[in-house]
Amino acid sequence: MKRLSQFRRHRIVAPLLLVLALLSIGTTFSMAGAATGAPITAAERSALIEEGERIFLKGCSSCHGINLEGSAIAPALLGVGAASVDFQVATGRMPVADMSVQIARKKPVYNEKQVEALAAYVASLAPGPEVPGESHLNYERDGSTAEGGELFRTNCAMCHNFAGQGGALSQGKYAPTVMGVLPRHIYEAMVTGPQSMPVFSDKTITPEEKLSIIKWIKAAEAEPQLGGASLGRVGPVTEGLLVWTLGLGLLVGVAVWLAMKAR
Amino acid sequence: MSNEIEAIRDPGLPAHVHRRADTDPKAAAKAERQVAILFLLSALGTLTLIGAYFFIPQDAFIFFPVLGDTNAHQLFLGLGMAASLFFIGMGAIHWAKTLMPDEEVIIQRHEFRSEDEDRADLIATAKAGAAAAGLGRRSLIKRSLGLSLGLVGISPLILLRDLGPLPGDELKKTSWKAGTRLVTDPGDRPIRADDLEVGAVAQTLPQIGEGVHRKLSDIGKDAVLLIRLRPEEFNLDAERLSWTHEGIIAFSKICSHMGCAVALYEQQTKHLLCPCHQSTFDVTRAAKVIFGPSARPLPQLAITVDSEGYLIAKQPFSEPVGPSFWERSS
Repeated sequence: MKRLSQFRRHRIVAPLLLVLALLSIGTTFSMAGAATGAPITAAERSALIEEGERIFLKGCSSCHGINLEGSAIAPALLGVGAASVDFQVATGRMPVADMSVQIARKKPVYNEKQVEALAAYVASLAPGPEVPGESHLNYERDGSTAEGGELFRTNCAMCHNFAGQGGALSQGKYAPTVMGVLPRHIYEAMVTGPQSMPVFSDKTITPEEKLSIIKWIKAAEAEPQLGGASLGRVGPVTEGLLVWTLGLGLLVGVAVWLAMKAR
Repeated sequence: MSNEIEAIRDPGLPAHVHRRADTDPKAAAKAERQVAILFLLSALGTLTLIGAYFFIPQDAFIFFPVLGDTNAHQLFLGLGMAASLFFIGMGAIHWAKTLMPDEEVIIQRHEFRSEDEDRADLIATAKAGAAAAGLGRRSLIKRSLGLSLGLVGISPLILLRDLGPLPGDELKKTSWKAGTRLVTDPGDRPIRADDLEVGAVAQTLPQIGEGVHRKLSDIGKDAVLLIRLRPEEFNLDAERLSWTHEGIIAFSKICSHMGCAVALYEQQTKHLLCPCHQSTFDVTRAAKVIFGPSARPLPQLAITVDSEGYLIAKQPFSEPVGPSFWERSS
């Protein structure tokens, strides 16, 4: 203890503490990849539906009900459509891991084939939005980046951030990042309105406009960081944090050194 | 023991301790080397900057821990410039602290006042100059100079007019009139009631004539958010319920707190959230404020459909949209 209390006033302690404090401020941002898509074949439909029913009864019915009628903890799935099932299951949100404020994206439990079967089964009981086929998702050909940017800023940016990085909602809920999401899933989210997200109807945002939004998102995703560190592209929060800690810390350190008398 | 308190004596200035470099030639030589190294680091920084400018391609990226993929061109320009400036300063200060004279000098302060003789001299010179210029005699010059100087003084006051003109009733009215169609933003397409599913939202603006330029300041007031709920989810009085159409309710998108665009609609809770200061409005209760600094609900736009089935405004907004202002009555 005595050694420590002597060391406490050593001239190296203040700069050392400063460096330690600065080192402790480190942030990492990660983007997860996603699975790949496959076109739906109509020939195996009835077999698919049977397969889907088996998976549903085993994995989903305990919460969503044997007849998709829902329960106190889960919504009814009649009429949600294949698009909704594909979005929820293929992005790993369903089956849910924890029932807290928001169901998060995670590694999918079911593979593409099983998701397809589940979607076919749910859609077979009551019609709803369909999974958009690959031919409907040719955003490179049918979309316009500039129009997509305008649509994104008007309709999406308030929740998902101006650069699509996601943002906070109320009570611990949040809008997830749209970076690294498959075009199909972005499209399905707009059509079905999962969780807190509202629905963006095809009449108010046409399918072509939706493709423009996807094209803009993909352009934003691929945009190189020409201006240096992006700091997560969330604006003044991380920029301010860096300036107030690292920037001011450096200035304080220099000021301390300036005022120190040479020996 | 005496009760007298011993006066604290003036301890005086502490003895001046010389630096090692003042007494030890070896230490002085070492300090000199340190200063030189700092200056050389600065030179190296400038060379890095020049090298980065000419030899690192602008689209070269390198991986940097924490930052991720970073543009190498910009990174080395920045690091080079930072080093070149920082180490010049550091070297200069280190030089001053270790090697420049280290003697304490006392300078006595004196009154800041010129000698009486000099003061009298100045006044006499000024008076003589004024008399020689004939300011007392040449009243034409005196008056015209007074006029020009006075007008120069007024001109900044004229420029203050640019603070106006006063907005008049601009803050109280929007482009919404009875019968104005709601059109999508962007796209300007009219919307039918059945275009919106339950849970859907639409960003809308009032329809204006073909080819008419939409002013940005108008969009700032006119923006309206359409939301469709199940009609039984509403908890509204009879008048406000009559302002909705088949579960579609329309609110001004401009926050009644500071004027941000309120469009974070949470479909499950039916709450509208303002991203700027987290004011939260309950859509089912006519945008009643349930959290945050906003003082009033968002103004609701009365809507209905026209003969062709397109959504239209039933009447203009019944209150000014957006944040409070002095002349606002409610």
